[in-house]
Amino acid sequence: MTEAMRLDGIRAGRLGPDDLARNFGDLHPGLDAHEATVAADRCYFCHDAPCIAACPTDIDIPLFIRQIQTGQPEAAAKTIFDQNIMGGMCARVCPVETLCQEACVREAAEGKPVEIGRLQRYATDAMMAAGEHPYARAPDTGRRVAVVGAGPAGLACAHRLAMHGHAVTVYDAQPKPGGLNEYGIAAYKTPDGFAQAEVDWLLKIGGIAIENDKAIGKGLSLSALRSDFDAVFLAVGLGGVGALGLDGEDAAGVENAVDFIAALRQHDDLTTLPIGRHVVVIGGGMTAVDAAVQAKLLGAEVVTIAYRRTRDRMPASRWEQDLAASHGVRLAFGLVPHALHARGGKLREVELAYVNPDMTPTGETVRVRADQLFRAIGQKLEAVEGLDLAGGKIAVTGAGRTSLDDVWAGGDCAAGGEDLTVTAVAEGRDAAEDIHGSLSS
Amino acid sequence: MADLTTDFIGIRSPNPFWLASAPPTDKEYNVRRAFDAGWGGVVWKTLGAEGPPVVNVNGPRYGVIHGADRRVLGINNIELITDRPLQTNLDEIARVKRDYPDRAMIASIMVPCEEEAWKAILPRVEDTGSDGIELNFGCPHGMSERGMGSAVGQVPEYIQMVAEWCKHYTHLPVIVKLTPNITDIRKPARAAKAGGADAVSLINTINSITAVDLDDFAPEPTIDGKGSHGGYCGPAVKPIALSMVSEIARDPETRGMPISGIGGVTTWRDAAEFIALGCGNVQVCTAAMTYGFKVVQEMTAGLSRYMDEKGYASIEDFRGRAVPNVTDWQHLNLNYVTKARIDQDACIKCGRCYAACEDTSHQAVAMSADRTFTVVDEECVACNLCVDVCPVEDCITMERLEAGTTDPRTGRIVQAEPADWTTHPNNPGSPNYVPAGQDTMVSEPAE
Repeated sequence: MTEAMRLDGIRAGRLGPDDLARNFGDLHPGLDAHEATVAADRCYFCHDAPCIAACPTDIDIPLFIRQIQTGQPEAAAKTIFDQNIMGGMCARVCPVETLCQEACVREAAEGKPVEIGRLQRYATDAMMAAGEHPYARAPDTGRRVAVVGAGPAGLACAHRLAMHGHAVTVYDAQPKPGGLNEYGIAAYKTPDGFAQAEVDWLLKIGGIAIENDKAIGKGLSLSALRSDFDAVFLAVGLGGVGALGLDGEDAAGVENAVDFIAALRQHDDLTTLPIGRHVVVIGGGMTAVDAAVQAKLLGAEVVTIAYRRTRDRMPASRWEQDLAASHGVRLAFGLVPHALHARGGKLREVELAYVNPDMTPTGETVRVRADQLFRAIGQKLEAVEGLDLAGGKIAVTGAGRTSLDDVWAGGDCAAGGEDLTVTAVAEGRDAAEDIHGSLSS
Repeated sequence: MADLTTDFIGIRSPNPFWLASAPPTDKEYNVRRAFDAGWGGVVWKTLGAEGPPVVNVNGPRYGVIHGADRRVLGINNIELITDRPLQTNLDEIARVKRDYPDRAMIASIMVPCEEEAWKAILPRVEDTGSDGIELNFGCPHGMSERGMGSAVGQVPEYIQMVAEWCKHYTHLPVIVKLTPNITDIRKPARAAKAGGADAVSLINTINSITAVDLDDFAPEPTIDGKGSHGGYCGPAVKPIALSMVSEIARDPETRGMPISGIGGVTTWRDAAEFIALGCGNVQVCTAAMTYGFKVVQEMTAGLSRYMDEKGYASIEDFRGRAVPNVTDWQHLNLNYVTKARIDQDACIKCGRCYAACEDTSHQAVAMSADRTFTVVDEECVACNLCVDVCPVEDCITMERLEAGTTDPRTGRIVQAEPADWTTHPNNPGSPNYVPAGQDTMVSEPAE
């Protein structure tokens, strides 16, 4: 606890550079060779392994772990990348506790799964550190594909298309490629510029051009892309954050969690990044946890996550919840924003209303001090002309086919699938194969 | 409280755990530490003839096989016998024996296969106050190139000859240490007995190369790019040692001959198994080299507790009790029919039983869509592979079919009376033999 942590308002410098460097260091430091061997030895090499079925990209996990065990992490990496070209990022950000590691038979046996995520990182780091890119581009097919969005879905799609020899142009609205990997994930999960390093490594395949600061409605139109390219893959993610619908939402201090997370990722000197003394995060997903934990790590004194439903319905995994709790974040359930109380145009308090499991108000409210409030209540698709929607997202069938026969979509903007990096990679990869099949026929 | 004291061919020791003749017993300092840690006896590092001592390599002497987490499963070595002057060793043996009179002190000896050589060294060993001698006919590396060690142990006539010399020139008990690098271990054991030896000890180390360096293409341990086979020891060799011990223990010609068991003894349980196969004590090396001398404290405490639980007052109460149960395959009961049973509550659904059985055995494990694994009795031959590969202890067990029930695999009723190959109708040597063509071949247990 520093003096600066007790100062009200939103201000920078609550913690010194040493504290901040420690707080934003690697959440899961990489395994060394011996640790990896010991961890790999725990894998039972299950038949028809449940972990593979639990992986959205179907990585042959027992095989890659066995390759680590036999002293060939680079061969293990090849097994991983064959299925998931962003296996390095997924090793860092996948909620393994609800995917492969939850399915691990040793989780059932002793509550201690094989450390698949960390082993995957060990393998992928080994190959990337060696500067090796194990894929070569097929001879140029003369076909051109536009990919809109340089996030996990777009880049996975682009890489697979490039492997097949197609020429790919990837457009992205941001100044840097990477999408949520670059802008949307807690800094401690992917420190040291890993997102950009991964993009650079992925582009070694060749045949992929990236154009930044371009989006549909920002220099691009779907109709123009359709006429200029043989196929279009949309991986535009989700844009707008819904409002709370309360008076005073324009008060200083009421912000979007995704904007806070993005700003933090792009901020070089965290001693100059302002944070409130009292912070309230509205929401219950991974974005809420990422925002809350990072607020605490920046030096906020009291951070509260207010989630409308019961704990077991919280989209953030139990592991994420525990991560938040271990950093001193208060988790509050059955609460919805009721009113915002500002003074002088600045947020001072959030009034929360208790609700029953069926979302009916109990009639009781509570006022919580808040210099800063982060909305983490989900994002919405910014409509794309001429495409059918389903549930507010682009409707797709099969491997990302939209209602237009030369347009595919994947990642968070497409209906179906969880909004996870690994799911986006799978959708991008599968759409690429479908596009390739379509262009080849 | 069990009494761990042993009397092995007249040599008393407070417990049956001796350190084998090996690097840990090469000098006074080590042996004093061993006795202080609780070892019951020591077989001193092998003494050579008077004269310039042997020399050892000045690069790596040991190679290793690791299990998970670098657990040492086996070590091989190319170290020779003691490379210190004979008199130095003799003086140290005498001093240590004087200070630890209750511990067993055995001198291991390897001199050329000439009567004069043995005649010369034996009185000097006797003068140290040693309790006995062990003839090193086992070391497979280095000394064997000079006609000693396993080069002697592989020729029963030499064993008998040298044993006779030793019995002639010393009153000390004689233990012959056998090499496992031989086809039939009973032959050298019989020769030792014929030569008047009081006991045999086995096994010495096994010819081995632990690994090949794939950059230098050199065997390990590597000396300047070359390697020589070493002697393999440690937990990996225990099954080979147990089998060889059992062969001597049940051989009509050597039955009852005292045996000092050697080969991968790492825990009290290993020792108890050697004792159950007839050994009067055990010798240990690799466990000490891996964990230090303190490891004996687990061994003595564990063996004592086991004996208390079983009600055995002394080693003799259970020594050799497994020997009558070691038999030839032809006498195994073919009417003993078991089936694998999977405890669904214990099963963690890894599917290793399925993969093993489906790919490499009898397709007797069924797998459902929800990963429930069950045994197909119609196919199960009770091979035990599923039990062996299951990572959960006691999840899969073998259960015997009661006499009178029908084995779904063969359609035959399980008989209560044992029956074995010697009486099987398919056996040409059986009185019940039914030649082919005269009747259908019977491929299953006799009824």
